[in-house]
Amino acid sequence: MGKAMANDRGALMIEMRHVDKWFGAFHVLKDINLEVRRQEVVVICGPSGSGKSTLIRTINRLEEHQRGDLIVDGTELTNDVKNIETVRREVGMVFQQFNLFPHLTVRGNVMLAPVWVRKLPKHEASALADELLRRVGIFDQAEKFPGQLSGGQQQRVAIARALAMQPRIMLFDEPTSALDPEMIKEVLDVMRELATGGMTMICVTHEMGFAREVADRMIFMDGGQIVEQAPPAQFFANPREERTRLFLSQILHH
Amino acid sequence: MTAPVSNPQALAADDAPPRREIGVWGWARRNLFRTWYDTLLTLCFGWLFYRIVAGLIGWGIVQAGFGTTPKACAGSQGACWAFIGDLWPLFFVGAYPHDARWRPALALLLVVALGLLTLWRRTRTRWLLACWLLAPLPILALIGGSATLGLAAVDSGLWGGLMLTLLLAVVGIVFGFPLGVVLALGRRSRLPVIRALSVGYIELIRGVPLITVLFMASIMLPLFFPSGFNPDKVLRAMIGITLFYAAYMAEVVRGGLQGLARGQEEAAAALGLTYWQTTAFIVLPQALRIVIPPMVGTFIALLKDTSLVAIVGLFDLLGIARTATANPNWLGRIVEAYVFAGIIYWVLCFSMSQASRRLELRFQTRAG
Ligand SMILES: Nc1ncnc2c1ncn2[C@@H]1O[C@H](COP(=O)(O)OP(=O)(O)OP(=O)(O)O)[C@@H](O)[C@H]1O
Ligand SMILES: [Mg+2]
Repeated sequence: MGKAMANDRGALMIEMRHVDKWFGAFHVLKDINLEVRRQEVVVICGPSGSGKSTLIRTINRLEEHQRGDLIVDGTELTNDVKNIETVRREVGMVFQQFNLFPHLTVRGNVMLAPVWVRKLPKHEASALADELLRRVGIFDQAEKFPGQLSGGQQQRVAIARALAMQPRIMLFDEPTSALDPEMIKEVLDVMRELATGGMTMICVTHEMGFAREVADRMIFMDGGQIVEQAPPAQFFANPREERTRLFLSQILHH
Repeated sequence: MTAPVSNPQALAADDAPPRREIGVWGWARRNLFRTWYDTLLTLCFGWLFYRIVAGLIGWGIVQAGFGTTPKACAGSQGACWAFIGDLWPLFFVGAYPHDARWRPALALLLVVALGLLTLWRRTRTRWLLACWLLAPLPILALIGGSATLGLAAVDSGLWGGLMLTLLLAVVGIVFGFPLGVVLALGRRSRLPVIRALSVGYIELIRGVPLITVLFMASIMLPLFFPSGFNPDKVLRAMIGITLFYAAYMAEVVRGGLQGLARGQEEAAAALGLTYWQTTAFIVLPQALRIVIPPMVGTFIALLKDTSLVAIVGLFDLLGIARTATANPNWLGRIVEAYVFAGIIYWVLCFSMSQASRRLELRFQTRAG
């Protein structure tokens, strides 16, 4: 797959053991066991409401889990605010709806966290922002406000904003599903480049072409459970579970 | 692209509406005289409008008496502006000593300057906010006197007129606004105690009239403090107005907080920003922008409500207007007094609403 330093892989980055979560009485995550190793790219798919978003949102504690252990890069997620802060510094997240800050310029969006969370001096943060904006191909729009950009451009800014914290893990929650078809590619290209560069990634996406090409492992979720995990070749060619087969036939033939 | 299409000018001529549909006459036909009863209404209201305007001009200008002495109005049917010409300093500063009137004037200049800087984008910074928050100090020092600045003390019993109105309004806004923001944040806090306190305060205050609060502040406040501590009347009114309007401002701010997309706070949290950082850089800048129009509406209501301090024995602009009509030289000039005070109120409120529109437009054109 052409990844740099393939033998550096292996350290456990995310470890979920018997994780359960409820929304009120509703059991959203049921006994989730998941290990993600350094530089791994994991793609999660599954029907709507199966708990994919909830699962990745527990990893940076946007959602709290109620049972089981969840350890991110050696830090256990508990109610300890210090631990949550540590984890959030190391985990970047990209949302379906971009969630850019509309009152800040593109550069302002990218600089905010480096300045206030990493305490970088302004000029360093600004240089970092410019470098990242170049990397996602949007440097010429740095002075604009998010509302003046296309969806694809906004999502690339959102990726640059997450990268500005220099995270060791990136979470993507359906980053392309709010985009017009012609903009999907530009965002996937950026993500592909990140994966090639060795970023540890968990992506919730239904872009199966992208998954086939970039993922190290596919995960299928249904009803709050991980139903099946497999390398993409096996996952697409002959899934073990009937539910997976059904889902794939629906998603690949529409 | 040089295919001979039809002559564009001919096209334009073809498309022009019939002459009688356009211009002033066309507009009038469409809006004023479309049917016979439209015409009737137009004529009736036109006549009424004419009578009122003509009456006002006749009373206020043509037949009015100008000057500064009662003689100027002798025998005139119209307004007696000589009354204002004579007593206008009273309207502006009340019983404030003659030789120190430059001090409130300077304070007024300070407020106007800050107001203008607020409208100008390049100076609308965090420093300006700090200046606004600190502004009451020099203003009070100028008006009330200060030993360090070598300004003789002027007892607050002598403060009055427009000066007192503005003083109460500026203090009420400058202190009430941050308090309102804190209350609004408290109302959505995750800590139940803070939430309950905020909700309790807001609902308590909103359930009583301002007059009640002013009475309480002026009569009961001294009871809460050790004897000997007796804050003066103006200070008590300031406290009452601030505490009262903070609750209203809190509700306005809450509206803005509710208008904020949920993803904003999540994005900030995912980046590792703390609660206070998120509040300061993400939540408030957006929420406060949304609420500029209703917030300025509240400021305007506050300004007008300062007239209620007459109840606790202070002479604000409206109180002074009433007092002025008791002047033996100018007995009974009630209409002039209230018209003049009304014009001043109108100028103040209208400037505020214009300023608010400017700010609003500015922000609309920026972030889409
Ligand atoms: N804050 C919440 N409170 C209550 N129920 C919730 C909440 N968030 C999600 N749910 C429910 O939890 C279930 C899983 O939601 P989740 O968003 O994780 O699904 P998903 O797999 O990401 O679906 P989609 O593909 O539609 O994004 C859904 O049934 C949803 O209605
Ligand atoms: Mg989802």
